[in-house]
Amino acid sequence: MKLLEFFRGKRGDTANIAKERLSVVIAHERNKRTDSSSSKHAEYLPKLKQDVLDVIRKYVTIDEEDVTVRLDKSEDRDVLELNINLPDHAA
Amino acid sequence: MSKIIVVTSGKGGVGKTTTSASIAAGLARAGKKTVVIDFDVGLRNLDLIMGCERRVVYDFVNLINGESNLKQTLIRDKRVDNLWILPASQTRDKDALSKEGVEKVLKDLMRDKFEYIICDSPAGIEQGARMALYYADEAIVVTNPEVSSVRDSDRILGILQSKSRRAEMNQSPVTERLLVTRYDPERVDTGQMLSVNDIVELLAIPLLGVIPESKVVLESSNQGRPVVLENESEAGQAYDDAVARLLGEKRPMRFLTTEKKGFFKRLFGR
Ligand SMILES: Nc1ncnc2c1ncn2[C@@H]1O[C@H](COP(=O)(O)OP(=O)(O)O)[C@@H](O)[C@H]1O
Ligand SMILES: [Mg+2]
Repeated sequence: MKLLEFFRGKRGDTANIAKERLSVVIAHERNKRTDSSSSKHAEYLPKLKQDVLDVIRKYVTIDEEDVTVRLDKSEDRDVLELNINLPDHAA
Repeated sequence: MSKIIVVTSGKGGVGKTTTSASIAAGLARAGKKTVVIDFDVGLRNLDLIMGCERRVVYDFVNLINGESNLKQTLIRDKRVDNLWILPASQTRDKDALSKEGVEKVLKDLMRDKFEYIICDSPAGIEQGARMALYYADEAIVVTNPEVSSVRDSDRILGILQSKSRRAEMNQSPVTERLLVTRYDPERVDTGQMLSVNDIVELLAIPLLGVIPESKVVLESSNQGRPVVLENESEAGQAYDDAVARLLGEKRPMRFLTTEKKGFFKRLFGR
C-alpha cells in the first residue's frame, strides 16, 4: 500500500478530510439559514429548543446538538419537526 | 440593458480584484462597453492592477456626493477599447457607500449605455461587500481550493439569496457562478488539495471556470496589466475561456490535469 502510494505520488488524502469537514459545516450553516429565514415568523424556535432541552434533561443527559428543531413552511401548513437523539443507554 | 456582475468571495486575497480586472478587460475586448468599479473603500487597488493609478483624479465617493460627474471620474483604459475604470475612494469612512448613492451611480452608468458593470467586492460580509452585491444581476463567486475559502463562499451565497435587491424584491434570483482560482492540479492529484469537482459538489452552483495557480498573475499585476491580456499564459487563457462562457459560448474546461510525469521524475522529482 505504502509502496503504491509512493509510486502514485500520494501523500495522505487530506483533500478528502477537507471535503468531509466542509460538507458537514456547510450543511449545518445552510440549515441555520433556512431556519432563520422562516423564523421571521417564528422567533420562538431557539427558546423552544432550550425548553425542550430542559425538559429532556430532567430525565436523560443529552447534548445541545442532540436536539434539532426545524420549521418547514409550505403553502397550506407549517410542520414543526422535532428531533431528539437519545444516548445509547438512556437511563 | 446593462448587466451588473459582482465579483465576490467573503474571504480576502482569493483573487477577486485579479478576476474583476480580467473579466472586465475580456468583455471589453469582446466589444462590450464595460466599466469595472472598485468597491473596496479605503483600500483602493483595482487602479494598480489595471495600471491606471496615476490617472486617478476623482473617485466613486466623489461621484456619489455629486462632487464630480461620470466623464470626469471614469478612467478610460489605454490598451483596450470599450473599457473604463471607476476607482474606489480612499476615505476612511466605512459607510461612505449607501444604497441610494450606489444606485444613483449605477443608473448614470446604465444611461451611458454600459453593457457590463463589474463590481469588485471588498472582502468580508460588511457594508462594503453588501453594497457591491446589492444591485447585482449575476455573481461570480471566486473560490480557492481551500477550506476557509469554500466555507466563506457559501456564506456569501446565503447573503446573495437573502440580502440582494433581487431577493428583497422577490425578483428572479441573482445568477450565481463559481470561479475556482489558484488551482494546482498537481496538488489535487496527490490528494493535498480539494478538486474542482469537490468544490462544485459542496457549493452546488454552476462552474464558470478554473484559473490555475500561475506566476504570470503576479508578473502582470507588477506591470498593471490584467492577466487576461497575456494570451500565451495558462491563467490568461483560462480567464479568456471564462469570459467566453459568460457571453454564452461553450468551451471545455482546461488546465485541470498535470501533464503525465515520467517514472524517473516521479521517483526523484518530489
Ligand atoms: N491564479 C493565480 N495564481 C497566482 N496568484 C494569484 C492568482 N490569482 C490571484 N493571485 C494572487 O493572489 C493575491 C490576491 O489577489 P487579489 O486579486 O488581490 O485578491 P482579492 O481581491 O480577493 O483580495 C495577489 O497577490 C494575486 O497576485
Ligand atoms: Mg481586492
